[in-house]
Amino acid sequence: MNTKIATILLLASATTLAACAKKAPEVLPPPPVERVTQVQTTPQPNQTAGPRVGTQQHFADAVGQATTIYFDTDRYNIDTQDAAALQAQAQYFARYPQVTFTIEGHTDERGTREYNLALGERRANAAKNFLVSLGVDPGRIAVVSYGKERPVALASNEAAWAQNRRAASVIIN
Amino acid sequence: MTKKLLLLLTAALIAAPLAAQDLGAPMGEDQPVESVQVEGEGEAGPLRGTVTDESAWSDIGIAIPAFATDRERPTPANQDGTGALGREIARVITADLRNNGLFKPVGPDSLPQPGFAQITAPVFGTWSGRGAEMLVHGYVRARDDGRLVVGCYLYDVALQDELVREGWVVSPADWRRSAHKCADLIFSRLTGESPFFDSRIAYIAETGPKDHRVKRLAVMDSDGANHRFLTLGSATALTPRYSPDYSKILYLSYVDGNPRIYVYDIGSGKQTLVTENRNPTIAPRWSPDGKYILYSMAVAGNTDIYRIPATGGQSERLTNNPGIDVGGSYSPDGRRIVFESDRSGSQQCYVMDADGTNQKRISFFGGRCATPEWSPRGDQIAFTRIAGDFNVAVMSPTGGNMRVLTRGWQDEAPTWAPNGRIIQFFRTEKNTGRSSIWQVDLTGQNERRLPTPVDASDPAWGPIRP
Repeated sequence: MNTKIATILLLASATTLAACAKKAPEVLPPPPVERVTQVQTTPQPNQTAGPRVGTQQHFADAVGQATTIYFDTDRYNIDTQDAAALQAQAQYFARYPQVTFTIEGHTDERGTREYNLALGERRANAAKNFLVSLGVDPGRIAVVSYGKERPVALASNEAAWAQNRRAASVIIN
Repeated sequence: MTKKLLLLLTAALIAAPLAAQDLGAPMGEDQPVESVQVEGEGEAGPLRGTVTDESAWSDIGIAIPAFATDRERPTPANQDGTGALGREIARVITADLRNNGLFKPVGPDSLPQPGFAQITAPVFGTWSGRGAEMLVHGYVRARDDGRLVVGCYLYDVALQDELVREGWVVSPADWRRSAHKCADLIFSRLTGESPFFDSRIAYIAETGPKDHRVKRLAVMDSDGANHRFLTLGSATALTPRYSPDYSKILYLSYVDGNPRIYVYDIGSGKQTLVTENRNPTIAPRWSPDGKYILYSMAVAGNTDIYRIPATGGQSERLTNNPGIDVGGSYSPDGRRIVFESDRSGSQQCYVMDADGTNQKRISFFGGRCATPEWSPRGDQIAFTRIAGDFNVAVMSPTGGNMRVLTRGWQDEAPTWAPNGRIIQFFRTEKNTGRSSIWQVDLTGQNERRLPTPVDASDPAWGPIRP
């Protein structure tokens, strides 16, 4: 299992994680702006090409689609695909221990407002707990729920809802 | 909200909670309306002909000609003076009674105008000839101190008898309240029900695209007039609730980056956190006497319901369950609370004693039960029924006699009129995400959209105004 995840992680920097998506949305959110990224094991803080450490772009370049995990309707469990994405995040945060971040919990629009706020909180905390179990210091992780207030996909259909049921890690800078 | 702003707010949270910065100008205190003796001879006659059959209400023809004035005088309430104001008052009464599907009133624009002397001595022949069964007369008098006296009289045309009369002294700014008071008087006398027109609604005004929605705290009269925005829109505001005395509004704001409940003081325009705590707090509610605030708080991801004295102090945890327990609505006697929980695996409605004991599920009719709200009359609980679509439904406090009242794609968050006869809710459009406030009566047959200047959600109907 660990070997498999490690393999995925190695691939993650060069490709995207979309290929292994079991329950990925049919229409994925727009990918991060493509940049020429060095696949490297040591940070080079003073490099001029590419985004700075401590920016969302740097994080996204490193982990690809794994900045965000997705959930089934009304669920908040971390499945194997989520676990792989969070492993990628944990590895990034281990490499850059100065980086702090917020996990934003979201729901789709097909729920009542207050329940969705509570559900988004559950999802963000599920992601946080998993990262902590992988060794990320909980003091580096803020959590916020937006419920159904901030959709990324705007249609009212299953594909859009699947994109909106998410926990997104956002770098604080 | 822009991403940059979001990051700023998040940073502010990490650093230190800042004072709220999203508030508009304060509204000032609500003025009470004083009742007075009005013109007329002796006591009102014996009460006869009370209408109790709901189906018959809408058939009653009520003539509401312009209110007369004893003397044409200028008033800040109307640039054309007290005579023109009398016509406006009759229009507001007509709209109140018509818009709620309760009666078929005929307003001042298609009726002859009675003189001041006729207000207490109607020429019944004029009105019976027009087919009116009920007749409303009234007058406006500007006092020397600038305040207005408004008298309101209801007559039974066939009996040629006065049914009820009342008068109020209002400041010119509150002239619409005298019209709502008159509509309430007519409604109560003809139906035997409690009044509801002289009340206000707190809600969330929405603008902007679906993924960058601007949500502001706003208030309006029960007919949509006297609209005010209370927050500026830089922070998302949600789920307001008027205090029973209209002095405060509880609502959720992201002003410090996290969802937190604030107590907004209407007089001063200042606000405070409901509880000093690092955890997110959502779903605020008042107890019927205004002494307690219910809120839901997530600790390490798990949401439970708490209560705290409105004056501050120690919070008390009412639910303790690994499921999501959220919301809550007191029975009118304050002894019980209906709330929603997904402890069974999906959202269902539960009732508990006000101290959190005796929790038991009441919804067993298939589908999900969310956002329960206890009627001010105590006899029904309104809720959002989720069974494919989202619809507003009612049930008895034990979960019986479930009836679905609306048929929208997503109708959510019912709130009761002060008399427990009408329910408001908000309806969200598929795909566009646009929302609007609607109301429906308990038959489900009279449904209408409330006029709001922009899109609207999360309505919270306050009680009858003091």
